[in-house]
Amino acid sequence: MKIQRHLPGGQSAEPDHAPVKIGQELLHPPVSHHPKGANPLKPSESPTIEPVGAPEEVHPDVALVERARGGDVHAFETLVKQYDRQVFRIAQHITQNREDAQDVVQDAFLKAYEKLDQFQGNSKFYTWLVRIAVNEALMRLRKRRTGKMVSIDEDVQTEEGSVPRDLAEWRPNPEQEYGQSELADILRKTINGLPPGFRVVFVLRDVEGLSTEETANALGLSVPAVKSRLLRARLQLRERLSRYFRKKNNEDGVQ
Amino acid sequence: MTCSEFLAELDDLIDNSVTPTLRADLELHLRECEHCVITLNTTRKTIEIYRQHELYELPTALRERLQAAILAKCKRGC
Repeated sequence: MKIQRHLPGGQSAEPDHAPVKIGQELLHPPVSHHPKGANPLKPSESPTIEPVGAPEEVHPDVALVERARGGDVHAFETLVKQYDRQVFRIAQHITQNREDAQDVVQDAFLKAYEKLDQFQGNSKFYTWLVRIAVNEALMRLRKRRTGKMVSIDEDVQTEEGSVPRDLAEWRPNPEQEYGQSELADILRKTINGLPPGFRVVFVLRDVEGLSTEETANALGLSVPAVKSRLLRARLQLRERLSRYFRKKNNEDGVQ
Repeated sequence: MTCSEFLAELDDLIDNSVTPTLRADLELHLRECEHCVITLNTTRKTIEIYRQHELYELPTALRERLQAAILAKCKRGC
């Protein structure tokens, strides 16, 4: 791959010195929320990028992307090491398959590397990467379920989770009643029972700490769609976990 | 405020993004409705439990192998 649009020394190969490319990959304006685990560096490392209309600091990832575009593989390595665990978790949540999740990590980063010139300096690299990873993961899921369409719109018409039904109180620290691996099994089984379109919204928003806007960007959904799915996902999970965590002296008993 | 109206604001309440006026209305409803208190508390707990437990860890050896494979391909120019 040869990407020489921006040179590492601060010069731009573009005649108009356009700091960011406005193209079909442009998603949405920048958002201020930082993902869990992100480690902002000094913006001064990014001399070539001055996004028009973005008064806030340039995210340090943008500088790394610029260096990677200029052929600096170590800069890309830093991005890989920064986000590979998150991409793996997201991929595993979507595909529910370990080998697929590993493939998604590889394919998502390679695809990101190939398409670095399409990355918008005014959107976050992590959100952009997650969008690629989500698409890769859905593709893997489709391959596994040959003949069956899989999308993040699947099963979202369900009424489940619209209204809380199990209204028993939970024990004070319910997770402590289970061993670590038993608890992990319960949590995995419970979240895997959600439709993919709810699961992925919950994972991005509540587990990985993306903002509502970033989740919408990453999934290509509207903000209201993300909000409605998040509420239903949270309520469905709550409902399902209630069966394990509710107070034992409740009349209905515990399973 | 009805329970449905409360539920419509549940996420914003949990995410701490409601106006003071709305918060006061929601708190008023909570003082009168035990079911919504339970829904709020258990939903918060649900999120907290999922945040605190890493369900899919990437083991170090596998992680290093994946990183090496990715970077080798990048160096070859993909």
